[in-house]
Amino acid sequence: MIYLGLLIGFLEVGFFSFGGAYAAIPLIRDVVLAHGWMDEEMFAYMIAISESTPGPIMVNMATYVGSVKGGIPGAMIATTAVVFPAFLIILLIMVLLKKALQNKYVKAALGGLKPCIIGIILSTGILMIIRNCNISLKAKPDALTIGLSCVLAAVYFGSRKFIKKGISPIMLICVSALVGVVAYGI
Amino acid sequence: MPVLIDLFLTFAKIGLFTFGGGYAMISLIENDCVEKKRWITHDEMMDVTVIAESTPGPIAINCATYVGYKKGRLPGAIIATLGIVLPSFIIIFLISKYFDRFLEITWVANAFRGIKIAVGILIVDAAVKMLIKMKKKPMPIIMVVCSAVAMILISIFSVNISSMLLMIVSAFIGIVVFIIGSHANKGEKRG
Repeated sequence: MIYLGLLIGFLEVGFFSFGGAYAAIPLIRDVVLAHGWMDEEMFAYMIAISESTPGPIMVNMATYVGSVKGGIPGAMIATTAVVFPAFLIILLIMVLLKKALQNKYVKAALGGLKPCIIGIILSTGILMIIRNCNISLKAKPDALTIGLSCVLAAVYFGSRKFIKKGISPIMLICVSALVGVVAYGI
Repeated sequence: MPVLIDLFLTFAKIGLFTFGGGYAMISLIENDCVEKKRWITHDEMMDVTVIAESTPGPIAINCATYVGYKKGRLPGAIIATLGIVLPSFIIIFLISKYFDRFLEITWVANAFRGIKIAVGILIVDAAVKMLIKMKKKPMPIIMVVCSAVAMILISIFSVNISSMLLMIVSAFIGIVVFIIGSHANKGEKRG
């Protein structure tokens, strides 16, 4: 039955996707292709949609697969299944393991994890900017995107000097979307 | 405004404007939940990020559940998680049903190219904010640089190493440094 398949498949994805959406893509691929729910081309299109629409990428992919395969109930089941493990784990940590977080060895491990995660996040951002601008050894860099990136970064960080707290992240996203429509459209 | 409605609306707003996954969302959650509403502190935000990274599932869900539970126990956790999922659920559902060639519309594709620029900036911003508030000791700074460089090299040479391995090593280093540090302290006290 399709609903049961969606439930089990996306619970599996939710429980084993350590390290965010990009780690989850191979897992989702396995589930989706193994069940024959989509072919490679459709899968690639779905990833593109999930990455460019708002919301957590993993949740978007679950909703998409669920909706294509089982309509509204399918979308609800797949989405709930992919969200449930993360929800449950955080609840368990907050309710049961609060004391464990005060343990000196756990604290030491978290202390080691923090700088590592800051490094991972920093590199993700830098890589994203590099990829946007198409900077590599072989291809010609995308001068327009480099220019837009510099201007938008200057506006975002520079605005903090003039307005209290600067412009908000949401404002930056709206402005960038408009800038994209205008600059790439011409 | 009742806290549950406030939680729902705040996280629905964050869900609606989160492009490019969880890391970009950290900036949005910081802006709303830490700076504006003061629901959690910056240190807590850092802790949630670390826990979210070390546990499975979408980071956004981990964060929403954490903040929701803190402000409104179980109902709060459910409402916040629902809030962050609902906008994208509706959007994806509509796209999958009615817009077959959604990404081929030129202005939509152009807007997304613009948004991608913003997402890169927001992710760097999230990391920089964490860096600024981190304790400036040599060890953590070396670890930040090493893991960032490692991730960039892994990606450039497309080596098949997951960030999990990096995190396991870092947690291990954290424990070893702690044990060595506490032994050194004992030694000093005795001497």
